[in-house]
Amino acid sequence: MRRWLIALLVLWTGTVGADELIMARVTQSFPEAMNNLQQTIREQGYVVSRVQRVDIGLTTSGFQTAEYRLVFFGKPEEIRQLTARHPELIPYLPLEIVIFAEGDDSIILAASPAKLAEFYPDPELGRQFSRWDRDLRAIFDAMTTAH
Amino acid sequence: MTVHRFPALLFLFAAASGVQAAGPGTDGAHLYRRHCSACHGHDGTGGVGVPLALPAFLASVDDPYLNRTIRLGRPGRVMPAFTQLADAEVAAIVQHLRSWSPQPAMANHARQPVRGNVTRGQVLFARHCATCHGARGEGGHGTGVTFSRPRSAPILAPALNNRGFLAAASDAMIKTTLMHGRDGTPMQSFLKQGLRERDINDIVAYVRAFERQPPPADAAPDKEPPILVRDSSYSLEETLEKLKTAIAAANMRLIRVQTLDQGFAAEGRENPDQTIVYSCDFRFLNEALQVDPRVGLFLPCRVTVVRHGDRVQVMSINPKRLSRVFNNVELDRLCDQMYDVYVNLLEESVL
Repeated sequence: MRRWLIALLVLWTGTVGADELIMARVTQSFPEAMNNLQQTIREQGYVVSRVQRVDIGLTTSGFQTAEYRLVFFGKPEEIRQLTARHPELIPYLPLEIVIFAEGDDSIILAASPAKLAEFYPDPELGRQFSRWDRDLRAIFDAMTTAH
Repeated sequence: MTVHRFPALLFLFAAASGVQAAGPGTDGAHLYRRHCSACHGHDGTGGVGVPLALPAFLASVDDPYLNRTIRLGRPGRVMPAFTQLADAEVAAIVQHLRSWSPQPAMANHARQPVRGNVTRGQVLFARHCATCHGARGEGGHGTGVTFSRPRSAPILAPALNNRGFLAAASDAMIKTTLMHGRDGTPMQSFLKQGLRERDINDIVAYVRAFERQPPPADAAPDKEPPILVRDSSYSLEETLEKLKTAIAAANMRLIRVQTLDQGFAAEGRENPDQTIVYSCDFRFLNEALQVDPRVGLFLPCRVTVVRHGDRVQVMSINPKRLSRVFNNVELDRLCDQMYDVYVNLLEESVL
């Protein structure tokens, strides 16, 4: 009991929580999941600004990889206003979801926007980060419950 | 510490970690799908995370081991600590894991320490265990069976010198694994390899002695600033050109230059005062993906040149700060390299 308790207390300050990354397995082939992801992002009220085809860059450089893409998205006016007031946020924008193939499934993941509140402890920004976090989790929920 | 203080301390721990009582209807399959299947697969066959549905694994670990593994994770080894789950939810996930095995859950291992000779155990560990588990018990390289390992490779050698593992595993469990091995994995029975029970006790004692040493590596510190930024005394256009030159000098491929609002604003109406330069070293990227397939969140390398008023700045994410969310010490090493690359690009573009 004592050993277990000591271990708990030692681990207490050093753990990395499971909620810092939002990650899900989608039981859809990559092309299908990719289409659904972009559609789901739009249904959540966001605009997809770009899809970065990481796998294409890797294969043209001679490396083997499964399908691997980055989907960038945001709300144009929100990003415009926010970065005018807080240019220090620009490196973390637009929002991003990673999607890659794993066998017959697809994996999607994103960093929790709520985590940004640790980086930028401003109450107004905190509310914004919470909204993004809620929306992102809704996108992930929709993707995983589609099938 | 007296016994009657334990409940209060445990209550404090539970309260601080957000542990709550679960409501009725806690569904282990649903919870597993929500919290575990992304890494371990819907059916426990593994992916980013190691396979869990191996009968020999489930037959050799008790419920407290699984419970504590979920709760504490493996610091620095990808598996996060699920501190946000209620006790009943963790128990439900454990029961779901048990449903993959035809055998009933084993009785809990004894918690008494196994006595052995640590010095002798160290010699035996170096001879019989270090090839897979690392010279200091730091474990195999890469993640589960995805990207970094062929899917035919059954399991990644776990880190034994890890605070999460040592807190979860009893001496008896480690001893049982050493004695009988685990079918379906490279872990063979040490008894069949000719070791005696006394030898195995010595190895267990040596593994347990890891608790008294500093771990070989741990999660990255989170004291770093979230972004890297430098002021430029040049115009935005001049700074952009210097940045492109720096990218070429670093042997990176320039992928594209775009405004932050490209894809959002109407063509020709974009804001040039927020311009992003994307670049990549694909060899480095390939190496990073071997270490951790989730690394796409860093991709591609991007530096933004920003003009607000008379001020021009170059900025990027700080890989050292972001690295922490991945809970992967192997990735921390690459993020340190990435940090140096970013700092070099930023400084060269304002020099």
